[in-house]
Amino acid sequence: MSEITLIEGVTMALARAMSEDDSVVVLGEDVGVNGGVFRATVGLQERFGADRVLDTPLAEVMIAGLCVGLSAQGMKPVAEAQFCGFTMPMIDHLMCHAGRMRNRTRGRLSCPMVLRFPSGGGIHAPEHHSESPEALFAHMPGLRVVIPSSPARAYGLLLAAIRDPDPVVFMEPKRIYRWQKEAVEDDGEALPLDVCFTLRDGTDLTLVSWGAMIKETLEAADQLAQRGISAEVIDVATISPLDMDTIIESVSRTGRCVIVQEAPRHCGVASEIAANLADAGIWHLHAPVKRVCGYDTVMPLYRSEMKYMPSVRRIVDAVNEVMEVS
Amino acid sequence: MAKINANTHFEIDYVQFLDHEGQPLPDAPRPSQADDLERLVALYQEMVRVRVFDKKAVALQRTGKLGTYASCLGHEAAHIAMAAAMRPEDCFAPMYREYAAQFYRGVKMSDVLLYWGGDERGNDFADAPHDFSWCVPIATQCLHAAGAALAYKLRKEPRVAVTVVGDGGSSKGDFLEAINAASAWKLPMVLVIVNNQWAISVPRSAQNSAQTLAQKGIAGGLRSRQVDGNDLIACLNVMDEAVAQARAGEGASVIEMVTYRLSDHTTADDARRYRPDDEVEQAWQREPLKRLRAYLMAQGVWDQAREDALEAAAAEDVQAAVDHYQSMVTDQPQPVTAMFDHMYAELPHDLAEQRAYAERYPEDAGGH
Repeated sequence: MSEITLIEGVTMALARAMSEDDSVVVLGEDVGVNGGVFRATVGLQERFGADRVLDTPLAEVMIAGLCVGLSAQGMKPVAEAQFCGFTMPMIDHLMCHAGRMRNRTRGRLSCPMVLRFPSGGGIHAPEHHSESPEALFAHMPGLRVVIPSSPARAYGLLLAAIRDPDPVVFMEPKRIYRWQKEAVEDDGEALPLDVCFTLRDGTDLTLVSWGAMIKETLEAADQLAQRGISAEVIDVATISPLDMDTIIESVSRTGRCVIVQEAPRHCGVASEIAANLADAGIWHLHAPVKRVCGYDTVMPLYRSEMKYMPSVRRIVDAVNEVMEVS
Repeated sequence: MAKINANTHFEIDYVQFLDHEGQPLPDAPRPSQADDLERLVALYQEMVRVRVFDKKAVALQRTGKLGTYASCLGHEAAHIAMAAAMRPEDCFAPMYREYAAQFYRGVKMSDVLLYWGGDERGNDFADAPHDFSWCVPIATQCLHAAGAALAYKLRKEPRVAVTVVGDGGSSKGDFLEAINAASAWKLPMVLVIVNNQWAISVPRSAQNSAQTLAQKGIAGGLRSRQVDGNDLIACLNVMDEAVAQARAGEGASVIEMVTYRLSDHTTADDARRYRPDDEVEQAWQREPLKRLRAYLMAQGVWDQAREDALEAAAAEDVQAAVDHYQSMVTDQPQPVTAMFDHMYAELPHDLAEQRAYAERYPEDAGGH
């Protein structure tokens, strides 16, 4: 069993899925000869051939539309969009076709496709390379939305996504592509696509996050622990469908919740979690639910991007506010 | 059975005047642009300036003083010809590496550095106020240019929109839709394809199997030509004509400028992974500066002394731009509030609250 990074977990899952199912094809811009601009598909074309790892012409609408057609006709396309910003034109095919093909045809046709792409900021990338658009995809009926935050979850969740009979948007937090290494066995074991992961047990409050913000959330939990505040940390990981049971169970014990997301706050996933807490968890709450988010602005260019993203200090300050309520 | 009487045959011109060594091709018609030596010398100087700038920008990135940067190495003739054919009141909708065109239209070297240096102030374009900013989502700028051209047409203004896309970008719907719009409304615009043979790692041959990219304009009913994109005189010849026709109400053109990306796609790319060295070496034989310099020297309007003086002056200009850029980002960095202040004409109340909150964390480094 080797120690691998998150992006290597992606590569390992792709290779595993391709080796066990001939209908799995990988396609996208620069995924073949070049092995992907982040190296996620490195080695796959050599191993599986150019018929299963396709360098496409430069056209995101085309890639998304091809995936609808491929998947409706028995293939399992795993498409890469090069960066989060370039998924915007793909929304037409996801919203109007992939997410509704099964319903539209009363189950006759479906779209078992995966669209995977690097998302989030923090790597000093150019414009349109640093957004966190999970809420856009989560708002579309018929799609699953998944964001891993560790090498093992990247491997297990991507395998599950590829095997899933419905379309999955698989967002990869590129800031933590190579953050930590972890021993992951290439055993073909998938993880569930509808369960949150509790990363740390705690008793005083529940910190909820996903993607790259897990890093700051865990750091905040460390700082709080030094002050005697015990924070439970939950990685949502599967944004759609959202596992509120795990979150509400945690909050039923802690009574307090702070949600951390990199994306803008307005109509974001944090707001959805907070609304669910107001609905089904309100009687457990001892304090208001706080959201620590990116601002409702355009993601700034890289020199200011770190000021945009929630810092450990902003998370701790929000926790302090919540803890002051008795 | 009746046949539709349609003109389904077409030819695409390939316009070239200078050979790789700067000699006029024996059979090529001599365009008037070849004899406008004053203009050619001025544009050659711009080409040298942008090459000096480009080298410095790559060096800044390599030493951690600039973010990811898209080099324009090898595209100088194609880029400067687009701008040289335009008037100041026209509109340029670039992609993201046409610095020669932008400098000619008034964009400052320090603007380019600020943009790739992660600072929005690089989009100020104080001296090119109509022009669109850099457009990273591929080919979307083609439709913006079509919209601009439609605005000029509706208002009966004698202005032209010029846009540019790569060989990869010509595969996108936006590009084809712009051709269609330009054709439907006979828009005053020019769509330039700078075919530099590589869309990051994907070669021109993998985009489609059409013989030329220019012919994509034929199906839309536009005048469509291919030109040696390393031959400034040929590029000017084709661009001057297309812009004049657009301004005269004769509709749009598609121009494919055939050149070569001598650099990596951006500084984040390593082309050695997918591109043979000898192909690049051969492309250097066709690069645009060498042949124009030889031509100008043969015409007696350029010499080594002027070349040396130009390179020294260009290096000074570039250094001044670098100094300005560095003082902007170091001594006058944008405050955290800057990300709020241009979101809307008037700051909405909810953003005002977030802005006030952000002021409590002026130097916070999130994501750390």
